[in-house]
Amino acid sequence: MTITLFIPCFVDALFPCAGISMVQILEGLGHKVLCPEKISCCGQPPFNSGYWDEARTVAAPVLEQLKDAEAVVIGSGSCGAMVKKFYPELFASTPQAQLAKQISSRTWEFSDFLVGKLGITDLGAKFPHRVTFHDGCHGLRELGIKKSPRILLGHVQGLQLVEMSEAETCCGFGGTFAAKFPMISTAMGEVKCASAAETGAEYIVSNDSSCLMHLQGLLSRQGKPIKTIHLAEVLARQ
Amino acid sequence: MSTFAAQFLKHARVMSGDLRHRKIIRTALGNYEIARDQRQAAFQDWQGARQLAAVIKWEAVNHLDKYLEQFVAKLEARGTKVHWASTGDQAREIILQIVRDKKARSIIKSKAMTAEEIHLNDALEKAGLNVVENDLGEFIVQLRHEAPYHIVFPSMHLTRGEISELFQRELGSAPTNDPEELTMIARRVLRKKYLTADIGITGANFAIAETGMISITENEGNARLTAALPKTMVTLMGIEKVLPKLADLALFLPMLATMGTGQQITCYNTMYGGPRQPGESDGPEEWHIVLLDNHRTELLADAEQRDALHCIRCGACLNVCPIFRNVGGHTYGTTYSGPIGSVITPHLRGLQDWKHLSNASSLCGACTQTCPVKIDLHHHLLQNRRNAVKGKPAFFERLAYQAFGFVANRPALWSIAKKLGRLGQPLQKLVKGSALDPAKAWTQTRDLPPQPKESFKDWWTNRK
Repeated sequence: MTITLFIPCFVDALFPCAGISMVQILEGLGHKVLCPEKISCCGQPPFNSGYWDEARTVAAPVLEQLKDAEAVVIGSGSCGAMVKKFYPELFASTPQAQLAKQISSRTWEFSDFLVGKLGITDLGAKFPHRVTFHDGCHGLRELGIKKSPRILLGHVQGLQLVEMSEAETCCGFGGTFAAKFPMISTAMGEVKCASAAETGAEYIVSNDSSCLMHLQGLLSRQGKPIKTIHLAEVLARQ
Repeated sequence: MSTFAAQFLKHARVMSGDLRHRKIIRTALGNYEIARDQRQAAFQDWQGARQLAAVIKWEAVNHLDKYLEQFVAKLEARGTKVHWASTGDQAREIILQIVRDKKARSIIKSKAMTAEEIHLNDALEKAGLNVVENDLGEFIVQLRHEAPYHIVFPSMHLTRGEISELFQRELGSAPTNDPEELTMIARRVLRKKYLTADIGITGANFAIAETGMISITENEGNARLTAALPKTMVTLMGIEKVLPKLADLALFLPMLATMGTGQQITCYNTMYGGPRQPGESDGPEEWHIVLLDNHRTELLADAEQRDALHCIRCGACLNVCPIFRNVGGHTYGTTYSGPIGSVITPHLRGLQDWKHLSNASSLCGACTQTCPVKIDLHHHLLQNRRNAVKGKPAFFERLAYQAFGFVANRPALWSIAKKLGRLGQPLQKLVKGSALDPAKAWTQTRDLPPQPKESFKDWWTNRK
């Protein structure tokens, strides 16, 4: 299968390891991976801020880049939800409405693609650590992804998954929310970090680098030992 | 920025750092969550029940005219006086006129958020009346001269100790840490008020079109006494409270109790069908119902967000909302707080003045997931944002997104922007967290991620 990998802008700029791991995993499974270099951002920041005209300006070229893709895989529940769930809404009643719907039906979040589409559960990964999983809200509630990442983690050798009580509680990132309401965002992050720490985990794993950027930022500032890592990086560890 | 937005930001900043508040709310809601989950599990099919409730509410709200007429005709046939109020002003005037007609001096009032919405107590007090709230939580916040903290739990932000101190100060009672004793202190004060009140004011949880009855659900028996003892009863309710059939309560009463307080059913559930009828030994001599619109019909006209009228005011969305849990109910500055408040307040009180509440959300969707009548709450916040921008875009924000779009669509510029970011980070470290820091909103409490040596795209290009 030829897989078009959509690398979110912040993964490209700040967390290349997560993207590289996705390429390695998908290629390792024998698939051809494409990464359209002209894709920069899915347009979620203007969309979530209410600037839908500006969001369409950013998103329209993305549709163009993805129009021939057999399968679009996005290593982020948040950007995945943008393309899969919100593009059809953003482009409703525009000439691209049909295209947005078609692309939506071919778009997958990374862990869900592996488990739901490819039927892969064991990637032969080794990660001998105690971890807890953070459900990013968009992946969890917009895309309904809960089991796939856990199934994949369940097959990682040496990995011990300990659920935190606040696994499904928002970490407080929320895109521009984190900058517009930094104190609320921080309070939410503190609640999340405390819950993760209670599990005694060494790592917080998630399928969303944006949540992890926020949590890692808080943890580093507070000098807490717990680290964050993208699911794909865990799955790529041999 | 509207003054309301500035107030919100100011209070949110204080409250989100208030660890004592965070702990009180977490403890209270932790207990609620356990009870709620147990009650949900007692439903044979909770998701099926939600769907059914949404369908019933959809039917009621989408045929509101028909059901309201049916409701009113049944009520009037038994001698209830029905008043229609388009605005809060009209509703207050109608109630004040009843007060004047009855030459009333004192009023006893059971919990009604609709009365909070139209600031009824203020109007009555200004007219020289003595108004006493008789729901325990409402009684407490009334003594503190503050608004209810939460739709269902008006005084959940207070500890027993604080309530005891309040009672000592305001009622001259002895100090106690025993909840039952605190309740008895309030009861001793309130019982006297029931006996002397000229008018009892209530809200309504549901209105049944089929039978022309209202349903009030409560745990203290205070609403029953409010309706039973004074000669005149006044009920203020929003027009969206109507349900088609009496049998609908078989779903909605346990559902409201489950989501509101984590109970199978509340302790007292009463239906009122009219004033005292000939041959009956009790009940009010006169019953007035005030049906309040106050912008609800405008919400009804909004096909996208009409389902917000499904709300049964259970407060479940507040309880799961991480924003509410961290900033607290009073920070919103609205009658209805939490997600439902952020959705409907712009409709009730003006979008531009209240759009900040829709922005103050991470759009996590916990509210939508929990809502028993399936209101698409967090997507409505997104729509409010879009509508606010359509009405009045923020000049610099739009400019920023236009510039963002311009750069994002030009790979060469995008790549330069990334490089500038990488070059800029060492410089940013020099001013980290200070007023000069362009990333101050982030860096005051959080570190920025270290910039990698190469971006993903650099790696991708180099390997080819």
